[in-house]
Amino acid sequence: MPRLVATGLGCVRGQRDIFHDVNFQLSAGEALALTGPNGAGKSSLLRLIAGLLRAPSGRIELDGGAADLTIPEQAHYQGHLDAFKPSLTVAENLVFWIHYLGSTAPPGAALEALGIAGLADLPAGYLSAGQRRRLSLARLVAVPRPIWLLDEPTSALDAAAQARLAELMRQHLAGGGMIVAATHGPLGIDATELRLGNAP
Amino acid sequence: MTPLSALLVRDMRLAVRVGGGAMMGVLFFLIVVTLVPFAVGPDLAQLQRIGPAILWIGALLASLLTLDRLFAADHEDGSLDLLLMGRAPLELAVLAKAIAHWITTGLPLVIAAPLLGLFLNLEPMATGAVALTLLAGTPALTCIGVIGAALSVALRRGGLLLPVLVLPLTIPVLIFGVSASNAAMVGPVTFGAPFTILCALTLGSLVLGPLAAAAALRHGLE
Repeated sequence: MPRLVATGLGCVRGQRDIFHDVNFQLSAGEALALTGPNGAGKSSLLRLIAGLLRAPSGRIELDGGAADLTIPEQAHYQGHLDAFKPSLTVAENLVFWIHYLGSTAPPGAALEALGIAGLADLPAGYLSAGQRRRLSLARLVAVPRPIWLLDEPTSALDAAAQARLAELMRQHLAGGGMIVAATHGPLGIDATELRLGNAP
Repeated sequence: MTPLSALLVRDMRLAVRVGGGAMMGVLFFLIVVTLVPFAVGPDLAQLQRIGPAILWIGALLASLLTLDRLFAADHEDGSLDLLLMGRAPLELAVLAKAIAHWITTGLPLVIAAPLLGLFLNLEPMATGAVALTLLAGTPALTCIGVIGAALSVALRRGGLLLPVLVLPLTIPVLIFGVSASNAAMVGPVTFGAPFTILCALTLGSLVLGPLAAAAALRHGLE
């Protein structure tokens, strides 16, 4: 059973101590909801796990994962930016990321799962905020990765898409995946809550 | 498709789409070279003498023109985060992006150079020499440029910093590119000697550029 273990994590941004001594353990099939006020370091913690920030103290380990891969290489990171090029079509954008992230799955099923299959030939620049979010969630579905790092995954999504997302997260957990999500609202799944400190 | 060929194809596709800038380099090259005869006057012998240097400086500036967007665009839309997290080595991802940039910016300059050689009264032999040196030298310009592009990625208005960082590093390429072209026109040294050094500079920068740029991108995370 893979386990994601963080011990004594600290984060400093621009000489400001965002948080320190954060600990959590996450087993396969479990979800962690990061909560806390704005500026508490929810996004920073996700970026730390994703290897996009360096932690000045503490460490993150994955026990029982693929030995030859780092944690970022086994994770999906969905931040506030969705990493799509406006001049490429929805399908071209998704196919690029599927190939770059090392999969060969056709994009159709993932677009279908998020209900945007009809938009496949539209340049991504014409998508609404909610549609763009759905497209970035399609990336999680198309390329299997055991760890999902989601920053406000429900933002910009309508009620139907939020229900769809909750269903996808439940399937991911049932398949032995792990989810760490920064959120202000309910995620729609059972999750342990990790509250990050009060920002000064 | 492998991750790296997917990245190469995506970058080339982006360059030829609306707002991509693949043609910008060639147009800029055309304008710079066209301006020179107006500035130095219609002295055909003089134009012929400085022709290779003009073409090289034009190509140098044109290939820098679109480099600042190489990583900045990916940084702004979040793609760079995912490129960093991918399983492909970052150095090779940088190399794939550099190759895509050269194919869409450097190669058109090489193709346009013989035409522009006519504007500068160059003989066919000299035009061919300039085109050949550009073919060998422009990959070095791109690979040196990616270092600057990676260093300036996280800075606001980093695009302005890029030429200041990169242009001094391109001086050796410029020296041997122009001297090989001149050697083919007037001698006295053979074409081969400076041209071989130019090729060596290109091969060296093909290795060093992606390594340094990847290191700069990783460091820029903070």
